[in-house]
Amino acid sequence: MPQVSMTVNGKRMAGEVEGRTLLVEFLRENLRLTGTHVGCDTSQCGACVVHVNGDSVKSCSILALAADGAEVTTIEGMAAADGALSQLQEAFRDYHGLQCGFCTPGMIMSAADLIKSNPNPTETEVREWLEGNICRCTGYQNIVKAILAAAARMRGEADPDFAAFAAE
Amino acid sequence: MPKDGIGESVKRREDQRFLTGAGNYTDDINRPNQTYVYFLRSPSAHGRIRSLDIAAASAAPGVVKIFTGDDMAAAGLGGLPCGWEITSTDGSKMAEPPHPILAQGKVRHVGDPIVAVVAETREQAKDAAEMVAVDIEELSAAVDMSAALQGAPFVHDELESNLCYDWSLGDKDATEAAFAGAARVVSIEIVNNRLVANPMEPRSAIGEYEAATDQHTLYTTSQNPHVIRLLMGAFVLSIPEHKLRVVAPDVGGGFGSKIFHYAEEAFVTWASKQIKRPIKWTSDRSEAFVSDAQGRDHVTKAELALDADAKFLGLRVDTMANMGAYLSTFAPAVPTWLYATLLAGQYQTPAIHARVRAVFTNTVAVDAYRGAGRPEATYLLERIVEQAARETGLSPFEIRRRNFIQKEQFPYPTPVAVEYDIGDYEATLSKVEKMADVAGFPARKAEAAARGKLRGLGLSCYIEACGIAPSALVGALGARAALYEVATVRVNPTGSISVFTGTHSHGQGHETTFAQVVADRLGVPFEQVEIVHGDTDRIPFGMGTYGSRSLAVGGAALAKAVDKVIEKGKKIAAHLMEASAQDVVYEDGAFKVAGTDKSIPFGQVALTAYVPHQYPIEELEPGLEETAFYDPKNFTYPAGSYVCEVEIDPETGAVEICNFCAADDFGNIVNPMIVEGQVHGGLAQGLGQALVENCAYDETGQLVSGSFMDYAMPRADLFPTFKVDTETTACTHNPLGVKGCGEAGAIGSPPALINAALDALSPLGVKHIEMPLAPSRVWAAIAAAKPSEGAAAATMAATPTAAPTSAAEPAKSESKPGLMGRIFGRS
Repeated sequence: MPQVSMTVNGKRMAGEVEGRTLLVEFLRENLRLTGTHVGCDTSQCGACVVHVNGDSVKSCSILALAADGAEVTTIEGMAAADGALSQLQEAFRDYHGLQCGFCTPGMIMSAADLIKSNPNPTETEVREWLEGNICRCTGYQNIVKAILAAAARMRGEADPDFAAFAAE
Repeated sequence: MPKDGIGESVKRREDQRFLTGAGNYTDDINRPNQTYVYFLRSPSAHGRIRSLDIAAASAAPGVVKIFTGDDMAAAGLGGLPCGWEITSTDGSKMAEPPHPILAQGKVRHVGDPIVAVVAETREQAKDAAEMVAVDIEELSAAVDMSAALQGAPFVHDELESNLCYDWSLGDKDATEAAFAGAARVVSIEIVNNRLVANPMEPRSAIGEYEAATDQHTLYTTSQNPHVIRLLMGAFVLSIPEHKLRVVAPDVGGGFGSKIFHYAEEAFVTWASKQIKRPIKWTSDRSEAFVSDAQGRDHVTKAELALDADAKFLGLRVDTMANMGAYLSTFAPAVPTWLYATLLAGQYQTPAIHARVRAVFTNTVAVDAYRGAGRPEATYLLERIVEQAARETGLSPFEIRRRNFIQKEQFPYPTPVAVEYDIGDYEATLSKVEKMADVAGFPARKAEAAARGKLRGLGLSCYIEACGIAPSALVGALGARAALYEVATVRVNPTGSISVFTGTHSHGQGHETTFAQVVADRLGVPFEQVEIVHGDTDRIPFGMGTYGSRSLAVGGAALAKAVDKVIEKGKKIAAHLMEASAQDVVYEDGAFKVAGTDKSIPFGQVALTAYVPHQYPIEELEPGLEETAFYDPKNFTYPAGSYVCEVEIDPETGAVEICNFCAADDFGNIVNPMIVEGQVHGGLAQGLGQALVENCAYDETGQLVSGSFMDYAMPRADLFPTFKVDTETTACTHNPLGVKGCGEAGAIGSPPALINAALDALSPLGVKHIEMPLAPSRVWAAIAAAKPSEGAAAATMAATPTAAPTSAAEPAKSESKPGLMGRIFGRS
């Protein structure tokens, strides 16, 4: 079987895979990084989003071999080494942006990419960006709030006034 | 109140693991020497298995063993049991055909499992399954319920009918008399569309057997591990409880679909003993679409009788409910006791009669899905009440107010077998009226019209029955299980507390809210309390989480166990303080002698219980651990009022939700943040049903919405920011005064949205529309309301499923002036 190697969450990782092995399978089964989830088989749900060379990618939609040599970040690489949550993770907790937790890793990885490319997104931009991430628990409202709050905090600003936001 | 007690929006403690990828879901677990199973499923809705050839597949690389229905039969395994028996109006018991683990002789729906291939890897199992030769003689399929009731084909040949039961509730004669004296009768025929629960985590199960101890373990994605242990152990595999451990670790959402006992978990438990290795199964999403029990699927005719003042006199309901091909665990109860008992809603309708026929079809089994029966009742009732408002010319608010049960009328026995303990329906209605700025609606409607949009406002006032359920009552109604809940509160020697609950948290946040309840009642720091759930070896017993029962029943058990701990603690403290136990009170985390300054902190009593050097050992056992079983006295009755505003583009039929307001009464609230999140989630599922979701089969029984490509899951951009608020009347019969909040959103929101759409479309003469409001359907309804509008419109009306993009194009150019003029009074 072919060899694949990549840097995952800052560590050099290698393994044997079949040609058909998906990146998500390599992460989950070979590396046992089970924070990345599989919620569908049609690349719709986004539970498997990771970063490949800095961009958010559905890891069910690329082969492990296609990520050979890449820099990959998974949800396990988002908190600090001492376990301190990133600002985005913290905002998800503060705003109750998760319930069962299954879609959460994909939401976080996807939202991180949004804020990187658009540090000051509007509510509409956040909702449209999340088109590729399905959540069945939260009705999205608190996910949207969490992302807007995280973006504000990363800009060094206070959290948006969500009471006014709902009244619009 | 201690910090982080009842009423505080405490941040969830489960979040740390979920936010860092450290959750432990079933598919994250691998057991040593594990194998994988792949189920080869029926591609046909209905057929006879002529032959099965597994020889080539058995020799495929990595295959450990292949099992068929014959192997199950030879082993004498039972079929999957049904947990509720319904008795028909004529006294006969419901038809209860066998539900084998793997198909035997016939396949009865697309996805019916036929062969189980166990191999070293998932891929090898899948590859080998492709080499199994299955010869199926295709039979015509029973799909449409009306047709299925007329006669053959029969899903189960031996029944010579597709009727499961023909049941009724309410006083038929009184209802007929009410109609005879009515000034007006409003009637409606509606469909409650079939849905797929689709929790984001697909189902998964690992079976493991230890020969040395004869011990089975099942890891499974379940909302109720003890129920699975009971059903599977006692009825399917004959494994006694002490030899069977069921673990439901982190579970990624359930919404009802993970209540039931499924074939796959029975298979891996049984077969892991046969091959002496663990077996893992994880569903693909496409597999979930044909193997998870689905929801709703009612067709109903109803009539409402009113007097000259628009007071409701009687309600007559005739419903067909789809069971699918087999009876899933609680399926028969959903369209009966969880449906017809709610048909009084918030109103004083004196006479109600409901007939329900449950029908077998060659489709996936239907069972409880978020709300289970109550959304169907609410949808029916709130649609017919809205229609009554339109026909009488009263406002939707006024007709409801005229018929509300008044707050001084509680406890209120309804004509459909339940007694509401408390409520204040005017309070939630007037709250939502303000939240939604109903007074400002005409201006918003006019502004929308200026933009070429049709704006409508819809109201829905729901009631539900939660906190399932008094065991004796449900037993009398046909339940084959009890529905109490269990909690153990273990005070550890140094004063920390381990709580073991029979409920299961799969998104609800019990690890946080239950700790709040214990911390509050015991006056100890929140951080000192740990909640354990989801493992039959750690928890004494329990019935699990569904029907918004966890806090109302499980929380009540918890409160009762805490109270027992306090009672025992008082005796220990009395001994230490040389006082009488009757004089000891417990306040702010300390035992005190009333009227004195004598006081002993909780921690010291805990330590004394485990180090009983100075202890009333003659009268009292050491230790401080109590278990309570709580059997509720009644259901709880959360209620509320929802207002939805939509805008419809008459050119395309597209519907946009502009505003949604929810005013709920859930009784006392432990964690407002979590309650709000539950409402948001429920609303998204209810509005999803009304706007986009639909589980559709074609006439041959093929599922045509079998993936996320075809079944529309609500996305973030479908919704506005919901405004949610609460009013409180505390439940009168449980110790926490709570009612439950998990399902309300899914129950109350579909009629609010459809009523809003009909309000928007009523100027065009559209009186009725079915869920979901696909643009093509809305466009067709507009066209059908005035067929003279043009040939293209007539074509659309005749084929309501036609894609709007293809059919709407010519209509757009031809009918634009007339259509717009009709709507906005312009020419």
